[in-house]
Amino acid sequence: MTTRPPSAFARSSAVSANSPASRLSPAVPPEVLVAIDHVDFFYGATQALNDICLQIEAKRVTAFIGPSGCGKSTLLRCLNRMNDLIEGTRLSRGTIKIHGVDIYQRDVDVIELRKRVGMVFQKSNPFPKSIYENITYGLLLHGRHEKKHLDEIVERSLRGAALWDEVKDRLHTSGLGLSGGQQQRLCIARAIAVEPEVILMDEPCSALDPVATAKVEELIQDLRSRYTIIIVTHNMQQAARCSDRTAFFYLGKLVEFADTRDIFTNPTNPQTEAYVSGRFG
Amino acid sequence: MNPATHPFQAKVSGARRREKSVFALFRFATYFVLFCGLGVFLNIVAKGSRTVFKAEAPFVNIAFLTQAPESLYLFEWEGQRREMGDREFRAFKAAHPAAAQVPTESYVYSAGGIFPCIVGTVLLVLGSMVIALSLGVSAAIFLNEYADDGPFIRFVRLAILNLAGVPSIVFGLFGFGMFVIFFGWNVSLLAGWFTLAFMVLPVVITASEESLKAVPKGFREGSLALGATKWQTIRKNVLPYALPGILTSSVLGIARVAGETAPIMFTAAYVVRDKLPWEVDHWSDFFFQGVMALPYHIYVVSSKIPQNEYTERVQYGTAFVFLIIVALIATLSIVLRNNLRDRYKW
Repeated sequence: MTTRPPSAFARSSAVSANSPASRLSPAVPPEVLVAIDHVDFFYGATQALNDICLQIEAKRVTAFIGPSGCGKSTLLRCLNRMNDLIEGTRLSRGTIKIHGVDIYQRDVDVIELRKRVGMVFQKSNPFPKSIYENITYGLLLHGRHEKKHLDEIVERSLRGAALWDEVKDRLHTSGLGLSGGQQQRLCIARAIAVEPEVILMDEPCSALDPVATAKVEELIQDLRSRYTIIIVTHNMQQAARCSDRTAFFYLGKLVEFADTRDIFTNPTNPQTEAYVSGRFG
Repeated sequence: MNPATHPFQAKVSGARRREKSVFALFRFATYFVLFCGLGVFLNIVAKGSRTVFKAEAPFVNIAFLTQAPESLYLFEWEGQRREMGDREFRAFKAAHPAAAQVPTESYVYSAGGIFPCIVGTVLLVLGSMVIALSLGVSAAIFLNEYADDGPFIRFVRLAILNLAGVPSIVFGLFGFGMFVIFFGWNVSLLAGWFTLAFMVLPVVITASEESLKAVPKGFREGSLALGATKWQTIRKNVLPYALPGILTSSVLGIARVAGETAPIMFTAAYVVRDKLPWEVDHWSDFFFQGVMALPYHIYVVSSKIPQNEYTERVQYGTAFVFLIIVALIATLSIVLRNNLRDRYKW
């Protein structure tokens, strides 16, 4: 045994996914959930992130904004290690800690990490299964099979994603039969069904019309009390409307990170000012 | 304006003439292929159906489909010309001892049926399908989902493509050397299964890889982001959607390979065998017995025995039945695909 306490994402099954003890780590103050510290990230030889330092607080909505290719999606995908799936990528320097645990540490179980850090993708990707099966997919993976329990979670998740009233009569029809906005909310419901702590949203509204976008934004407001949400967006109004804190990235660097109100009304950096006022980007 | 001089007036030009002749050439090539194909097909159907079907009820020549091949005996008896299969003739001789002295003409394999060949072919197809699918799909999953795309994997892919170009007789010799002699399986179902499976593997692997690639990346990412392992993702959220494509191409590939004579002629096929495959002393003997097979039977009756009007019936009848079986397998795979496809659509 090492002297280090078992990490929240340790491969050992002794630490149960939802035990309160594992949720709280004394190493960091409770309000900072994700601590990104001097992170460099490479795609092959191309540097995508350059010395990023960022502290993301629990139960808040943090928006990443910036022009295309600025590294905001890359950083987001580092937080649940989805970048591991892309060949030739590496986090060459720095640490990303969640609950004070370095998630790039060798003994971290990516599966456990991704259970706790859910993700909603740019292109809504409901599985070609029924709505019910879409929601229960993650639960069945983690070995929960009791029908009654599943029914409850399906209802709770769909209510949580403000979709229940629209689909409750057709739970067993294909999730692909839903409209674009409904599909995206189904994906959010699917993510919250496994009760993550953090929900990463990678431009969740970029393929949606304004009405569907408004619904998803409304949903983000509902979810903010229970989850830590990190949202990547191209839409500055969206960042302004639904986030508490905003980080502006440019060319792989973090230019400014502040309260959303300050970023949009009183940016300290001239680049940020130029971007949010629409003079470039 | 004069209609003859309007700006869109058709003119004779080189480009237009070439267009016409090229088009005619393409049309000719297409019809020529159609003509040849139909010629072969109709010839077999016309001549084969005379053996397989009958004018009176039950319209199908049941004996041809359910009996083993026999020699045909021709002789004069009480002023009448009689045709009898081997077994019938022996019974006849037992009943009429005088018949033993009658001069007869005999034609080998020209009476009876092809039941053992049908059984053998079906067994060969089923066994090689199981082996080829399990090996091929596993390999495709490894190549497409797990392996990093390095020089070694590119080499493996190249090797698989090359394998597709190897002539079937070489596969036959390989199977003979490897399974029959080196593994000591003798001429057996098992050796035939593996030889045929190896031959169809490139098709199965390539088709499976294509089908896996066609599954959108979002399904994989969505599943992994929910905390699924790679294998859970593949099993629950990739393979089910890829399966229709995998099955169709693989089964079609196997149907084609089932028609090959060369791979089985050294490894699994017997010219003639009296026992049916399930008539074995011990269950394990099942795998180590040779079988009769339709393609090899066609080869034997059309090139290894004297040709005459009596053997022609067997030749065309066997070919016709064989075509029907291959068509049935293909139809089955398409029905299967359509059923699976309806279940998963995106």
